[in-house]
Amino acid sequence: MSDVKELIKNKIEATPFSGNGSLQALLKTGLQVLEQEGIPTVKHEEWKYTRIASVLNKNYHYAVEKTGVSKTDVDVVRLPGYESANELVFVNGVYHAELSKILSPKDELDILTLSEAVKTDYKAIVDKHLGHSAQYHKDGINAMNNVLAYEGLFISVKKNKKLSNPVYCYYINDARSAKILSQPRTLIHVGANAEVFFVEEEITLGTDDSFINRIAEIVVEDNAQLHIYKIQNEDSHSNCVKTTHIRQIGVSKVNSVTLTLNGGMIRNNLNFILEAPGCESHMYGLYCVKGETHIDNHTIVDNVQPNSFSNELYKGIIDEKATAVFNGKIFVRQDAQKTNAYQSNKNVLLSNEATVNTKPQLEIFADDVKCSHGCTVGRLDEEALFYLRARGVGEKAAKALLLYAFAGEILDKIELEPIRKYAEEIIAERLDFDL
Amino acid sequence: MSEMLTTLEQTALSEYKYGWVTNIEADEAPPGLSEDIVRFISAKKNEPEWMLEWRLKAFRQWQKMEVPRWSNVSYPDVDFQAIKYYSAPKQKKVLNSLDEVDPELRATFEKLGISLDEQKRLSGVAVDAVIDSVSVATTFKTQLAEMGIIFCSMSEAIQEHPELIKKWLGSVVPVTDNFYSALNSAVFSDGSFCYIPKGVKCPMELSTYFRINAAGTGQFERTLIVAEEGSYVSYLEGCTAPQRDENQLHAAVVEIVALDNAEVKYSTVQNWYPGDKEGKGGIYNFVTKRGICSGINSKISWTQVETGSAVTWKYPSVILKGDNSVGEFYSVAVTNNHQQADTGTKMIHLGKNTKSRIVSKGISAGFSHNSYRGLVKVAPNAVNARNFSQCDSLLLGDKCGAHTFPYIEVKNNTAQVEHEATTSKIGEDQIFYCNQRGLDTETAVALIINGFAKEVMNQLPMEFAVEAQKLLAISLEGSVG
Repeated sequence: MSDVKELIKNKIEATPFSGNGSLQALLKTGLQVLEQEGIPTVKHEEWKYTRIASVLNKNYHYAVEKTGVSKTDVDVVRLPGYESANELVFVNGVYHAELSKILSPKDELDILTLSEAVKTDYKAIVDKHLGHSAQYHKDGINAMNNVLAYEGLFISVKKNKKLSNPVYCYYINDARSAKILSQPRTLIHVGANAEVFFVEEEITLGTDDSFINRIAEIVVEDNAQLHIYKIQNEDSHSNCVKTTHIRQIGVSKVNSVTLTLNGGMIRNNLNFILEAPGCESHMYGLYCVKGETHIDNHTIVDNVQPNSFSNELYKGIIDEKATAVFNGKIFVRQDAQKTNAYQSNKNVLLSNEATVNTKPQLEIFADDVKCSHGCTVGRLDEEALFYLRARGVGEKAAKALLLYAFAGEILDKIELEPIRKYAEEIIAERLDFDL
Repeated sequence: MSEMLTTLEQTALSEYKYGWVTNIEADEAPPGLSEDIVRFISAKKNEPEWMLEWRLKAFRQWQKMEVPRWSNVSYPDVDFQAIKYYSAPKQKKVLNSLDEVDPELRATFEKLGISLDEQKRLSGVAVDAVIDSVSVATTFKTQLAEMGIIFCSMSEAIQEHPELIKKWLGSVVPVTDNFYSALNSAVFSDGSFCYIPKGVKCPMELSTYFRINAAGTGQFERTLIVAEEGSYVSYLEGCTAPQRDENQLHAAVVEIVALDNAEVKYSTVQNWYPGDKEGKGGIYNFVTKRGICSGINSKISWTQVETGSAVTWKYPSVILKGDNSVGEFYSVAVTNNHQQADTGTKMIHLGKNTKSRIVSKGISAGFSHNSYRGLVKVAPNAVNARNFSQCDSLLLGDKCGAHTFPYIEVKNNTAQVEHEATTSKIGEDQIFYCNQRGLDTETAVALIINGFAKEVMNQLPMEFAVEAQKLLAISLEGSVG
């Protein structure tokens, strides 16, 4: 455990980053929290079901500078529809402009590093929003990333612009010669009346272990629309903690879909902070896992202002020795009257060795609200199976059909055509379903 | 309806009607906790050596443990050295019949509405009353003894049935289970013991009444119920405490064992003093309740109506070990003013075809906070386990909070687990409907709340149901309009 702490400290000492700005402040408090809190154990309520320490306690390298990743490596990992997409490539946690491709003009999409951004007009935005997620995650994992935030990227989607080219982000860990730890950091600002699609994917090259500890903080202004899709389909030696922290500071709409198929230990933190009255948030998740994959989805919806609407639906199909964890929190603050917040988590267990730990949680301080949550764990409906079999559908095909239908509800929420098709294909393949 | 109206009117005048102090001479231990106090308590009760050893073991464990802080409640730390761990109403001689009980003590029970005489003759409920942790009277003992049922105080059971106590005490809630159960194991001064022999259906409701009377004391009672093969018992528990500015600690342990085909129904109406309107005083109610369905087809059912206590911290649980066993939990928790409640249940499915059902209704008013915290766990071997949980919260007023923390852990794919929860306030249209039909708002709210809680109230034995309905109205008095 101390290895990771040492690694971060050595890195700071090797390339000192000094000054008095918000990035430096974040670095300092990050180091403090890392020292005080350390890497969370299962005694930490937020990490009760996920043994992060054992995954982090490997001799990782923190190799930002040395990358042998070439354009041909990137070609392999591209997602469908890339021809018309802006592609941002991060290698071992750091943005690489020469591997990336920006199609949108600068007055629509502006990209620069955080240490550059604080020297421009963006300073006010960075100062105000960078590091906000730390309030919701007081642990060494979040702190570790804060320490190195100055290497992060600032993305501005300009106001009144509806981006016709989606933004694909590839986070590549190059573990071909060593175990790699990376800590990508992004701050995304979506201006008023803007609309943008983000698609995010993590990829590990090589067969060694990798760990991505990623934080994306996103600020959404008035009347803006954000669509954010994540596809997690890695090898079993790839681990990650991904924090997506979305502040809706204007009346806005955000759609999030997270698909998980493969990986080692995956932890997704998805936070929605609804800071303006009348926000709308949709969060969908599908985890279709097998092997020994451990998928942990932690979500927070924090209703600060009145009249907001949030809907959350996470579905899981868990096979073999896989484990799924779900923790959905809904906070309704005292001022957030007339909040409507719904949450649902449905799980199908396919094997006797699979495990589900779910905890849908409501904390409500306002009285005029409608909140509900529900969760189910079970196997396939015997009657539905019987119905299909009675009509001549083979057992295997019937099961696949039912499972695909179960998953389809989430896949339908992806509005980006090529990505939805791709998602349908990989899920159908996983479930042995003939499209 | 008119009865409910008058109840509300009456209770508008009386704030906490159980808040008197009885002037009974008490036999007390000095405040503080040490091995000597544990020895003192044990000696006072004339306990055998093995019991003292058991207590000391618990005490030593307790010293190593830390105060749990995970619950969603906040209160100043309890000073465990400022509490008196033993306070017994003084009795000069051994009693042969109820008539010999201190008249003042009996007057106390009459005020409580459980006149021992009356209980004995009319309602057919056998009562074991515990004041300041010492059992003072047990009614109907001889009648029960004829059927082989043992219903007596824990101290008596330790003297007279040591083999049963040795076998079962601590078998469901081990000494080291948690901070407060360890404390209880070390210092419990009395409680009730109930043993239902094989094949016996207990013909009457058994009941315990707890009351904290002396100032500066903590109450630590211990209840143990053992239901042998094919037996049945319904057990009631009620509690009150006087009004005091200080906070008093109540840390009880209840253990239930149900063997093959046995059924135990445990109902609680908890009405400890909740503190005044500013949140001053009141009882800290940190209770460990657990039952084990160790035999096949056995059933344990918890029903609770929680209206009192400043801080409640309580999770009646069932371990479903026997195949086809059933666990149930029905709860209404009402918090008003500055009360805090963190309550729920644990259903641990171990055996095949085990079923559990959880219905929890939380009502928060004033500045109070009401949390449901529950665990449903399905072990790898619990084939065909079935659980249904429902937790609904009702908020009255915009200064209170309702929280839900359900933990669901499933390790078997044949399990079917469902959980649903809702939070809302009373609809204006519902109130309007009642107003239109001539009910004032307060009556309308009482009516709606009773409807909201009906599913749980229906589980209570008759005489408790009436009391519980009134308690609901009292607790929420003044919180509307």
